[in-house]
Amino acid sequence: MTMLTILGMAIVTMVPRFIPAFIMDRLALKPWLNKWLNAIPFAALGALIFPGIMTVIEDAPWIGITGGLVAAAIALLNVNVIFSVVGAIVTVYLLTI
Amino acid sequence: MKEEAVVQTQQSIGTAFKQGSVAGMPIFLGYMPIAIAYGVLASQSGLTIFETTMMSVLVFAGAAQFMAANMIAQGALFLQIVVATFVLNFRHFIMSMSFMNQLKHYSVPWKFGLSLGLTDETFAVSALHKKEAHKENSKFFYLALILTAYFSWVAGSFAGALLGEIIPKQLSDSMGIALYAMFIGLLAPSVKKEWRIGVVAVVSMLLNYMFSEFVGLETGWAIVLATVVGSLIAIPMMEEDDAQ
Repeated sequence: MTMLTILGMAIVTMVPRFIPAFIMDRLALKPWLNKWLNAIPFAALGALIFPGIMTVIEDAPWIGITGGLVAAAIALLNVNVIFSVVGAIVTVYLLTI
Repeated sequence: MKEEAVVQTQQSIGTAFKQGSVAGMPIFLGYMPIAIAYGVLASQSGLTIFETTMMSVLVFAGAAQFMAANMIAQGALFLQIVVATFVLNFRHFIMSMSFMNQLKHYSVPWKFGLSLGLTDETFAVSALHKKEAHKENSKFFYLALILTAYFSWVAGSFAGALLGEIIPKQLSDSMGIALYAMFIGLLAPSVKKEWRIGVVAVVSMLLNYMFSEFVGLETGWAIVLATVVGSLIAIPMMEEDDAQ
């Protein structure tokens, strides 16, 4: 039963991923549409970060926020993303001790 | 398809593949702790090592897998889990539209294959490497980027399932911040270069907050709607090549 659930999850995840592979070349894109599509990564990242980050540690939204601020501060130094990840994990770990 | 029409920088398949793996390395490293945390959680939820790993092989979507492991632990039904997965992952449809627009000149089989490897992170990193798309053999750049991320996700899940009991809960809890830190790490350098990108991101954050907290939408739909509406403000605000 668990494998069936996993297969079901795989299908409903796969289909929305691949449909644009078949439809996007039929649309003649106006400049405004290009601008919109180019901005999607940044809008998506914003929506993925907040407010979800407040739920990292249950009932302690400020811990997630603090971890995020540390990650942002490290990222602004133009170092590899992995340093942000490690910095944030360490921060959250220390705050939950 | 129409690749002849595009001015291309010459590049061998091997070079493209190597460059793609390098570009995927931050995702490789970022996925590892999260995948391990997923593996630990899934095995604690009662999934076998095989099931835990196969979910990563077949679904390849972090947030949905965490949610599914939790739901399975709570005894949720097949349909509830599948519907919740669809809602949570529907954002990939919007992302794929943007990604496929970037790869417009590829053949349909390539676009199909690469679209299957789209996650929040492979999409974001690919979008930050837009110019690659017009180099010779660039397909192999994106393929390598995705395979690097995929390998890390699957291997990490397997390791987490094996380690199961050994990793202390406090550490696997702390790893929950890793995905968010990666999103922030990917976003911040672009914001530093172009403040308008920051406006788009902050507007989407606030919209997502509003949709999920005040309108009461499910997380998945709130993210989709916030992404669609938030990126619309780029149309009057940004130049066409700002986001390159």
